[in-house]
Amino acid sequence: MPKLIKQDTICSDDWLPADAASDQVTQHHFPTLPQWRAAAAGTLRTVQLQPGDVVAELAGALDTLDIIAVDFPVLTDGRGFSYARDLRERGYRGELRATGHFMPDQVHYLRRCGFDAFQPTDDSRIEEYLRQSRVFSEQYQASIDQPLPLFRRREAQAS
Amino acid sequence: MYIYDQYDQRIVDERVAQFRDQTRRYLAGELSDAEFLPLRLQNGLYVQRLAPMLRIAVPYGLLSSTQVRKLAHITRHYDKGYAHVSTRQNIQLNWPILEEVPDILAELASVQMHAIQTSGNCIRNTTTDQFAGVAADEREDPRPWCEIIRQWSTLHPEFAFLPRKFKIAVCASEQDRAAIHAHDIGVELLPNAAGELGFKVLAGGGLGRTPVIGSVVCEWLEKRHLLTYLEAILRVYNQHGRRDNKYKARIKILVKAMGIEAFRDAVEAEWAQLKDGPSTLTDDEIERAKSFFTSPPYADIDGDAAREALAARAAADPIFGNWLTRNTHQHRVPGYRAVTISLKATGIAPGDVTDRQLDLLADLADSYSFGELRTTHQQNMVLADVEENALYSLWQRLQRAGLATANIGYLTDLICCPGGDYCSLANAKSIPIAEAIQARFEDLDYLYDLGPLELNISGCMNACGHHHIGHIGILGVDKKGAEFYQVSLGGSQSKDAAIGKILGPSFSQDAIPDVVENLLATFVSLRQGDETFLQTYNRVGIEPFKERVYAKAD
Ligand code: HEM
Ligand code: SF4
Repeated sequence: MPKLIKQDTICSDDWLPADAASDQVTQHHFPTLPQWRAAAAGTLRTVQLQPGDVVAELAGALDTLDIIAVDFPVLTDGRGFSYARDLRERGYRGELRATGHFMPDQVHYLRRCGFDAFQPTDDSRIEEYLRQSRVFSEQYQASIDQPLPLFRRREAQAS
Repeated sequence: MYIYDQYDQRIVDERVAQFRDQTRRYLAGELSDAEFLPLRLQNGLYVQRLAPMLRIAVPYGLLSSTQVRKLAHITRHYDKGYAHVSTRQNIQLNWPILEEVPDILAELASVQMHAIQTSGNCIRNTTTDQFAGVAADEREDPRPWCEIIRQWSTLHPEFAFLPRKFKIAVCASEQDRAAIHAHDIGVELLPNAAGELGFKVLAGGGLGRTPVIGSVVCEWLEKRHLLTYLEAILRVYNQHGRRDNKYKARIKILVKAMGIEAFRDAVEAEWAQLKDGPSTLTDDEIERAKSFFTSPPYADIDGDAAREALAARAAADPIFGNWLTRNTHQHRVPGYRAVTISLKATGIAPGDVTDRQLDLLADLADSYSFGELRTTHQQNMVLADVEENALYSLWQRLQRAGLATANIGYLTDLICCPGGDYCSLANAKSIPIAEAIQARFEDLDYLYDLGPLELNISGCMNACGHHHIGHIGILGVDKKGAEFYQVSLGGSQSKDAAIGKILGPSFSQDAIPDVVENLLATFVSLRQGDETFLQTYNRVGIEPFKERVYAKAD
């Protein structure tokens, strides 16, 4: 079973990447967005987004989803970072899982954008993903894991 | 200038530790080349022809004397004793070794500096007017805003893997000295109808292969919305910018493809989600940022008397007079001037400065300019707050160090990229072209007669030397394996920003000084009154220049 990181621990589960070649949802594989769309509303509790998918399509169904996986086919394609923040800002509270070819050194930023599970395609270095997940203890911007930008926290400290 | 608090310091210290670990893992084979590439680029490290090249961030061009001494030390200890001022106000080292880069970053962190996001597909150093805070035509000091943008963009988690690099410039004066039209985002501080200062926001400017002048996304934005608005633009770009072709990946291509109206609508839709959220600036934060850029303790000087004394000096020593006229700039405080130190002496790569010159400049900053120095996007340096009655002694000290070339704004104050001598993307060398032009036009009287003239050289289409916006632009091209140069005319980087027009077929390296001479002779023969080169060109068009240059070349 593929390994992943959840709640700061290494674990494994049954979920495999979506099978885009098929019209049907394959067991244990995340449905693609088109597969999810084709299914009766509320029947599929997971979906995997690819770069280029329109996040807003999920807007009305966020409560019906337990896992949204966002795939990174290459580590340089950063669209998924914005997708994650968008989903969280729209109120999604379920698991947000990064999948694909991201690298350990991206986990910190992924986490800040709202991901809480990390399932790299190559799981042989999974400990490294865990080790790199909190390399900064401070940050300037507002983000999902720290909704207040540093300037507001500085002010709170000063007063 | 801005002083780090414990938070800023912790962030750069943790960054150094992170990069040290990344370098170690790369050297141990635990990180692949493909993985290390974006990581090293986001710390300013290129791998070039001869050695890695390290780009050090100089936020909006501002340096303390302590920082300049540290840079001198770094160039001496880790490099070959010289540094290079880039067209985005940063400092570049040409010869560091990878294994030592973490140590260099640690040295930088000890003086509140870093190399974060000086390269890579992320938000780069925010640049501004080199005369910020002292310019007489300024509406408000742009530097607090640059610092606010710096903090927001530094290690931004969402925008570290953009389609392409992203550059922001801020201008706050009548004259645009920050080239905001040539940036991915240009911000101008401007009053609205009620007289309140806010921001005009441009997007989609840029040079490179497809030079484009920025379009207006927002005519006027309330100050407190600056960050949420920038964030909205970046979100649209991060999600919709092209990623299939790196030459079409800049925001300028997206803005063109969508059209400015649709682009603006998309930004407004994103902004609706962010507006008035926690990233909205507070009055306290704006005041905090401003508190770092208050006026230094200027002396109370009788401006008229100082000017008279200076005029007498200049009359008695015309060489000083030349320098005074060309290399100093009006200051908003009576009795003071801003001094530009030319890094464009003939025979030295434009923008290069040695470790000893840096040490001297740090001393001069302490003695003459409240301990601060600036870098300019024309690849020079500035002492912004010099008393007029100290200019003569400053000039003498600069002269002894080879730093008093009196050519600011004139032909030989040219902008030039590293080109084929250093850069692996180059089609052609650019530094020898710069040298040949400087050598041909050494006669200062002739230069001054020509008036203000910007000549910009890039070694390839990537346009690091801003050739598109030079009054005269020179671009290295590859013609069947040989190095050739294409010449363009009429570019401009100021408020009347324009992209130059190509003159015609390209020239060999040897021909360039003659070509420039012919262009200048054409200008001089057609010039009316005190017209500048650009004014004459705009009046007569490209034809007369073409005729003369190609008639001679046949
Ligand atoms: C020697 C190593 C260098 C390499 C490999 C390099 C590479 C590039 C590339 C590929 C681009 C085009 C990017 C694009 O259009 O998307 C570019 C643009 C640019 N570079 Fe460089 N560069 C180098 C050195 C420099 C230096 C030394 C400077 C400053 C003097 C500089 C300043 C710029 C600027 C201002 C631009 C154009 C901005 C724009 O496209 O809007 N570069 N560079
Ligand atoms: S313009 Fe071309 S040759 Fe010059 S530094 Fe940039 S990439 Fe290199």
